[in-house]
Amino acid sequence: MGDRPAFSNLMKEIKTGKFVFTGELEPTKMVDISEIIHSAEAMKEYVVAANVTDGPQGMAYINSLIPSYLVQEKVGLETVYQMTVRDRNRIALFGDILAAACVGIKNVLALTGDHSALGDNPGAKSVYDLDSTQFVYLLGKMIDENTDIYGNEIETGKVEMNVGIAANPNASPREAEILKVGRKVAVGADYIQTQTAFDIDDAKDFIKELSRYNCPILLGLFPLKNYGIASYFDKFIPGVSVPEDLLKNLKHVKKNIKDKKERKVKIDEINLEFFVPFIREIKKSTAAAGIHCMAVHYERLFEPLLKEFR
Amino acid sequence: MIITKLKDIDEIYEMIKPYSKILIAGCDGCCQPPRSINEAKVLGQMLELKSKMNGKKLTWKAMTVLRQCDDRIAGSTVRPYLDEYEAIVSLACGLGVSMLNRIFEDTLTFPAQDSMFGASENHGDNRYEQYCDTCGECLLGETAGICPVASCAKGLHNGPCGGQVDGFCEVGGYKYPCAWIQIYERLKKFNRLDLFNKFRPPKDYRLMTSPGHLELIQEYTNAIEEEEVEK
Repeated sequence: MGDRPAFSNLMKEIKTGKFVFTGELEPTKMVDISEIIHSAEAMKEYVVAANVTDGPQGMAYINSLIPSYLVQEKVGLETVYQMTVRDRNRIALFGDILAAACVGIKNVLALTGDHSALGDNPGAKSVYDLDSTQFVYLLGKMIDENTDIYGNEIETGKVEMNVGIAANPNASPREAEILKVGRKVAVGADYIQTQTAFDIDDAKDFIKELSRYNCPILLGLFPLKNYGIASYFDKFIPGVSVPEDLLKNLKHVKKNIKDKKERKVKIDEINLEFFVPFIREIKKSTAAAGIHCMAVHYERLFEPLLKEFR
Repeated sequence: MIITKLKDIDEIYEMIKPYSKILIAGCDGCCQPPRSINEAKVLGQMLELKSKMNGKKLTWKAMTVLRQCDDRIAGSTVRPYLDEYEAIVSLACGLGVSMLNRIFEDTLTFPAQDSMFGASENHGDNRYEQYCDTCGECLLGETAGICPVASCAKGLHNGPCGGQVDGFCEVGGYKYPCAWIQIYERLKKFNRLDLFNKFRPPKDYRLMTSPGHLELIQEYTNAIEEEEVEK
């Protein structure tokens, strides 16, 4: 971990050694974000911060800054402003970070972003003026030196933010991923957040390998709200495969339980059966600093999932 | 070489519709797949047929140029036909089309092709791959000769990104290799992962800004060469 102060509650809690939990909010093609506000309210009690996604899968969605700000203002839940380098050049990235700092955002997750060819505006010109590592470098200049990427000074105020980066436990060859993460940490990351993991041994190995960088790690977990999501995830999310048993159990619920209420109870049971021991094991036997729980639209799981860890 | 793709015949026809006599110029240069005299003839026949279907008579001549992007070669090869034809359809890449428009100011030259990318290889299976993006700041010395600007879908300088799966890229449905995994593997083979680990700072995109200009320090122009030949 570098010398950068902990500006955010998330970083402060990590630094105290507390095992932390973060959540995720996914604003989409919307102007009215009350749905996001409700989700944030529902998870507030259980997480220290919530990520606000930035056009995942290359989709054209609402800019994540405003929801990040409004969740902090209206709900009082700290946010992690996710930013991809797909849609903005270094000037726009710089400007958006200033704007985010101006409205009190304390965390940024620096991402490459899925290519726009994958999204619903596939002919868009992807920017990638900077890559995610160079974006971390820009953030370092802004936070630690109070300048833009060329050393031009920020005139008034300071950018006080902590910087997260992504790592993929499902990446193969793994060594390339580990080395790439090291390159990003060296440039100025405060913490690492991983893509979702389903294989406990694999996740433990990955955390162990990343531990060499002495940078806090939040392991990504993705509770599965229904069979449809699970099977989509299994088929379409790069490199992620949902364990067969989990898929089979969820499919069984879909097929055989017609009563909605009963179905929900069973689905929650399946998730708890899988993820509670998973988290227990990660907390007990790895150096992970916490869990990033991507229970998007599945906030009801937070209470039973996290109660023993709070 | 420059990789090109023939435009749809309807699109070409729309461009030449106002004219009744056209010259169709192939290019024997680096344009791939080949677009020479035979391709020019086939295009002429197709355009003639298309015109006939629209109740028009089209007169055309097919010819080819050694290299359309060379002003002297293109000028001397094409000029003799100009009086007889109202417009030119070029089967060269964008360089050739631009060159003919510049050297023949009084004649419009239309493109029959879309230019895709440059500096590539035919793998023997009609598949071409881009190797260089002429970015003005060569990184190949750090990347084991595989260019991340040209070969990574995102042009990342510090890859790979999270979109690679088992060495294949998210763009194109995991059909094409991830350039950064290729770079990693090749550097590892030479025990040069120090180069992989290196942080490459943001690129200076002024070097890629269009239009590109290069001013040679030692002046080399046609006039100077002709003078020297005369001497």
